[in-house]
Amino acid sequence: MSDAVVDPPATAEVPTPMQRDRATTIYERSVPGRRAAAIPASGVPGGDVPIDELIPSRLLRDEPARLPEVSEPEIVRHYNRLSRRNFDLDSGIYPLGSCTMKHNPRINERVAALPGHARLHPAQDPARAQGALELMWSLERSLSEICGLPHVSLQPSAGSHGELAGLLLTRAFHEANGDAGTRTRVLTPDTAHGTNPASVTMAGYEVVKVATNEDGGVDLDDLRAKTDERVACLMLTNPNTLGLFDRNIAEITGIVREAGGTLYYDGANLNAIMGHSRPGDMGFDIVHVNLHKSFSQPHGGGGPGAGPIAVSERIEPYLPVPRIERVEAGSANGSNGDAPHVRFELRGAEDHPASIGRLRGFQGNFGVFVRSYAYILSLGGDGLAEASETAVLNANYLLARMSEGRAGRYLPIAFDRRPMHEFVLSGSEAKKQLDIKTLDIAKRLLDHNMHPPTVYFPLLVDEALMIEPTETETRESLDGFADAVEAILAEAEQDPEIARQAPYTTPVRRLDEAGAARNPVVRQDLG
Amino acid sequence: MSGYTSVTGDERREMLAAIGVSSVEELFDVPAGVRLDRDLDLPDGLTEAEVYERMRDLAARNADAESEICFLGAGMYDHYAPAIVDAIVSRSEFLTPYTPYQPEISQGGLQAMFEFQTAMTELTGLPLSSAGLYEGPSTVAAAGYLAIGATKRRRFVVSGGVNPESRDTLATYSAGYPAQVATVPLADGLTDLDALAEAVDSETAAVFVQYPNFVGAIEDLEAIAAVAHDAGALLIAACDPIALGILRAPGDAGVDIAVGEGQPLGNRLDYGGPSFGFFCATEAQIRRMPGRIAGETTDVDGRRGFVLALQTREQHIRREKATHNICTAQALNALGGMIYLSWLGRRGLVELGELLVRRTHYARETLAAVDGVSLLHDQPVVREFAITFDAPVGRVLDHCASAGIAAGVPLAEEYGNGLLVAITEQRTIEQIDRLAEVLGDGIALARSAGAKREEVTA
Repeated sequence: MSDAVVDPPATAEVPTPMQRDRATTIYERSVPGRRAAAIPASGVPGGDVPIDELIPSRLLRDEPARLPEVSEPEIVRHYNRLSRRNFDLDSGIYPLGSCTMKHNPRINERVAALPGHARLHPAQDPARAQGALELMWSLERSLSEICGLPHVSLQPSAGSHGELAGLLLTRAFHEANGDAGTRTRVLTPDTAHGTNPASVTMAGYEVVKVATNEDGGVDLDDLRAKTDERVACLMLTNPNTLGLFDRNIAEITGIVREAGGTLYYDGANLNAIMGHSRPGDMGFDIVHVNLHKSFSQPHGGGGPGAGPIAVSERIEPYLPVPRIERVEAGSANGSNGDAPHVRFELRGAEDHPASIGRLRGFQGNFGVFVRSYAYILSLGGDGLAEASETAVLNANYLLARMSEGRAGRYLPIAFDRRPMHEFVLSGSEAKKQLDIKTLDIAKRLLDHNMHPPTVYFPLLVDEALMIEPTETETRESLDGFADAVEAILAEAEQDPEIARQAPYTTPVRRLDEAGAARNPVVRQDLG
Repeated sequence: MSGYTSVTGDERREMLAAIGVSSVEELFDVPAGVRLDRDLDLPDGLTEAEVYERMRDLAARNADAESEICFLGAGMYDHYAPAIVDAIVSRSEFLTPYTPYQPEISQGGLQAMFEFQTAMTELTGLPLSSAGLYEGPSTVAAAGYLAIGATKRRRFVVSGGVNPESRDTLATYSAGYPAQVATVPLADGLTDLDALAEAVDSETAAVFVQYPNFVGAIEDLEAIAAVAHDAGALLIAACDPIALGILRAPGDAGVDIAVGEGQPLGNRLDYGGPSFGFFCATEAQIRRMPGRIAGETTDVDGRRGFVLALQTREQHIRREKATHNICTAQALNALGGMIYLSWLGRRGLVELGELLVRRTHYARETLAAVDGVSLLHDQPVVREFAITFDAPVGRVLDHCASAGIAAGVPLAEEYGNGLLVAITEQRTIEQIDRLAEVLGDGIALARSAGAKREEVTA
């Protein structure tokens, strides 16, 4: 019999109220003639002429676009209803590995909404956007210190955008050295995030995979064998996607540097090491920082984020433009005594001729910078170090809990080394002994009102579960998660079919993803 | 001060004991050589009230559209965003989840993506829409990447009417793809069709235009599509989503890929982001689309539901063979865009578009009557137009700013000496008249200031 401490949730035959409530789109709520917005009259003196007197009719639409016709209360009810069909970080533990689902402080939202931030036009004269530029400059300096690299560009919009930037910087660096033509390869470990190889291809490079050793780190022999004058760059996450800090990191970066390659650090796992170790000190040239992971920007169901990059001196000339410059002039107004006058400027390609250029519109995801800078101000240097400590403590505590009992038996750790902020279990024993897959465990966790870990990643671990609790979780919630997994395994010992058919209590149950791939319906047929 | 953590000293000791170590340091399996042996050189943490004060002080040093009259555009516009956008996107259930990898508990976000995709296909007249990319200019670059994959060619021909920031972004990305970029100039405000026909060849993967273009003119997409398609190239149009409410849908005029900046759809200015980019294409490109796409399906009991569709295009599955590297994008901003489109509705979007056309034409006539001002072109416009004048732009803008008006965005040298002026529904006739007055004074002053200053310094 089960000795689980958690009551198993329902596997009810009777649908829940939300399950009975069929999904209805905003278009299906549309009734001709209903509306929300009131548009003012043009007020043009002399009255309105027909629009085709101003724009020839051949350039105009024949029929309005079929947008929904709904009243404001209907819009609010509709999206409120949709919102209740989402699980979110504020509802409970969300231990998605490599995603750093930490608390999103609401003070950050408040300061991002200040009109001086939210209604500041990006083409405003920099002289009249000095607060914004000072904020960006200050965030750059903070990230520089955290990463241990002297120069920062905030421009990339997300981690993968930072990766692409890093590879374009690498190309520019090699071009300046005259060997861009022969350096065509980028090394990535087989544990890398999927964005790494995808970015490599977009940047016109060839991916060369490096094997993982029995310690869960980079296989040095394989690295040496693949490092030659054709290597442009090594992309690495450290701690890696197994949550393990590579003990040979200095040697790894040394090997690639010696061979003339650049060193790229995927900062997705920075939350493990803030204030404890710095990518620049490990020998990296380029680091991207996911502000939506370590620096508390809410994830928004898939963005927005931002992926600033910090770089070494040798990469600096190629940084994207525009760049922010802090200029100190002696007393600018003459009458103000000797107090230095500080101003911030945006500098373009004319001042940075070696720059790779622009990666996106305007100055970057400024609203994200506001939130992350507020977070850094709130925590300070000590607070950031403490956040990483607690993240590592929480992960190791949860691992200790999950090394006992059934989890220890059926879900052994993939690489038996002390992890940092996340760890990877293998569901291979559960599959063998209980005939349930990692996917089944993940789906059954949904019935416990918990978000499952990242599953089936990294690829080299069979039936992987990648667990990152972050510093946000309390001991009780970690215990609750371990207890829920224990209960699921206990239940599966009795009847594996329960997990295989899970979830039961979610707004919808298992969805036909294969069918959606075969016959994609990716917009509503409006007739 | 608050690390936003909960673990007490006692709990920490008990947790360490459960782990089997005596200190947190022991958990850091980090070689001594790469351990930071000092504290981070950052200020101490602040209380929430102190953080607010510091950020408020910074914000107060920005001249925002709340405190001055904003005629700035060039891709982002000071439209009124209704309160419901903020109210809905601030809900934890939309604000705080990750990308919907577990569809059973992400139906809200997935369905919103599906609705968004439907709206964008309606606006663009193209059957496919991604759930959103980063922002405008990088969607132009993403479209270029698709075109390389679709045509196996590596040359782009770009109209000089495409936003210079989009062209710069495309050039940056093209160094990697790799691809060559050729630019075709404008003639009287529109892409020079003869020059275009000359520039497009059998190696051309795509032709890029903007609709309306950077200086506000409405390109003849059909004529441009004919040139592109004759050479086997795709036509990519960067579009203003508000203008699409009244203009002929790009998909109906032969455009293969319509992309653009989503900020005008209910998103904040935010000094340039976060907003979102949209990306729509013909059916032929379904396996090459970048970014997340939600699809409709059913659950095991036959209930309607939504999932991330066509994931085999994406980096987390396909890795180096992915159609794009994008992962985290701008889902919350796209949701804001969908709420805004629902708020405007079928008729509201048209009314807004027509309002913009009328006020913009009024503004253009009014400014053209100002002494010293010329129009860059007299093509029909929707919401933005370019003026030129014979006076230093910076000095004119300073004068307008001192009168509480952000008069426009300085034109890049290739277009002339002048301003790009944008109109939204928040810019009244009175404000436009005031702009004309202040601008006229500014130009007159700037013209004479040069001479005066020479006298003084002499």
